[in-house]
Amino acid sequence: MKRKLELWAYQARKFRPLVKELIKRDLKVKYRRSFLGYVWSLLNPLLMMAVMSLVFSHFFRFQMEGVSYPLYLICGQTLFNFFNESTNQSMFAILGNATLLKKVYIPKFIFPLARTLSSFVTMSFSLGAIVIVIPFTGTPITPYILLFWVPLVFLFLFSCGVGLVLSALSVYFRDITHLYSVVILAWMYFTPIFYPTTIIPDHLSLLFKLNPLYHFIAFFRDTVVYGCMPSSATWLGCAVPGVVVFLLGFLIFRKLQKNFILYI
Amino acid sequence: MQPVIEVKNVGMRFNLAEEKTDTLKEFFLKLAKHQLHFNEFWALKDVSLTIEKGESVALIGKNGSGKSTLLKLIAGVLAPTKGEIITRGEIAPLIELGAGFDYDLTGRENVFLNGAVMGFDRAFMEKHFDEILDFSELGRFIDVPVKNYSSGMTARLGFSIATITNPDILIVDEVLAVGDERFQKKCEERIRRLLDNNTTLLFVSHNAEKVKDICKRAIWLDEGNLMVDTDSKTACDAYHASFENKNA
Repeated sequence: MKRKLELWAYQARKFRPLVKELIKRDLKVKYRRSFLGYVWSLLNPLLMMAVMSLVFSHFFRFQMEGVSYPLYLICGQTLFNFFNESTNQSMFAILGNATLLKKVYIPKFIFPLARTLSSFVTMSFSLGAIVIVIPFTGTPITPYILLFWVPLVFLFLFSCGVGLVLSALSVYFRDITHLYSVVILAWMYFTPIFYPTTIIPDHLSLLFKLNPLYHFIAFFRDTVVYGCMPSSATWLGCAVPGVVVFLLGFLIFRKLQKNFILYI
Repeated sequence: MQPVIEVKNVGMRFNLAEEKTDTLKEFFLKLAKHQLHFNEFWALKDVSLTIEKGESVALIGKNGSGKSTLLKLIAGVLAPTKGEIITRGEIAPLIELGAGFDYDLTGRENVFLNGAVMGFDRAFMEKHFDEILDFSELGRFIDVPVKNYSSGMTARLGFSIATITNPDILIVDEVLAVGDERFQKKCEERIRRLLDNNTTLLFVSHNAEKVKDICKRAIWLDEGNLMVDTDSKTACDAYHASFENKNA
């Protein structure tokens, strides 16, 4: 056991530069040849928010109970976009790095992990967009806003777990990559991003609460939009799936990784 | 002292399916037809050997004899089907051309990526960058994507990066054969210097002269079986005698 821990510590130290390089590479590739570069991480959510609030505030007229709809929207959007991007990127992490994996030994989970991390970096730029939006909406700021990072950490763990599984499965069955785009679309409508939770019919409410993203977003909105302490149910709804899915994803990945090399 | 490489009764099996099973449909079809794991092929059969620190060992044998498979197993890229492999120390693998390169990135970016693969951070690589550039003789081509490199250029860059420190184990698989004569000489000099510093060398080559020249010990593999494991001269002669007998 001790030997195993030492090996882990050694590997973590040895491959830290690689994770850094991979994140840098991902960010570089993402904004290669675009004029505004990183500014897009800030601008994109703002523009999306503008378009969507325009559409939804004119066609659907949701009852927002006194909170700003654009702010409500951009919070949900930012978190969901992170989940969408990180899992989609992770899915191709093993396949896309086949040339490296075939020729040198690298712990394979590093690739999906680095992809999730680089999406996380992009998301933290996007948080800037929320900071810009808050004063415009006149939303009062409470001390609870200091907890905004809690759901992000659990969401990171959750996305990482899902990404690990997807990256491993996509090696064996490329069909997953096509199927997942449908899954993520359904998942988006199933999560209160652009509609208020109040429109969810009572008999479906339990079903909606089984969706971990529901709780990550609820926690984030509690601290930023509503300025209140998230309920203990919300805390649990974030922590449990975050930790469990991360560990589960890791175990599944470890089981599946053995034969990667023969399939990529 | 413990040996740096221990290979214990290692066997490696590949499935030679005519086509890979990439989709769920194919998987279930093949499962139903009992066609999974159909053609088995043992690239290595019950191979055992130990290599001590500072040794220079060549792997010889014809194409498809399992040399590269054995190197990949030692490098940790493949996991053995049977048996066990223990390595002690840092491995700098030069398996095939451009091992550890991302072909879309430039040579310069690959220096840092490849360095990171071996566990060196950016600061360390920056310190040694000029030395790498100098040894590889790439000049202004360092800022060109590696996919546009000639095979010689790729090999030069790879070798320059892998030997920037004193790795405990250096694995060189034919990559030097593509460099021109002058560069090969330069590489050999560097390999000798590493050997003097107690690096263990694993070397694959079809050039018997080189093998005898650089390595003290040689292992002859044939169709996955370990035929001979002795000093390089005797092993090379035995290997050559084997196909001369066939021709006769």
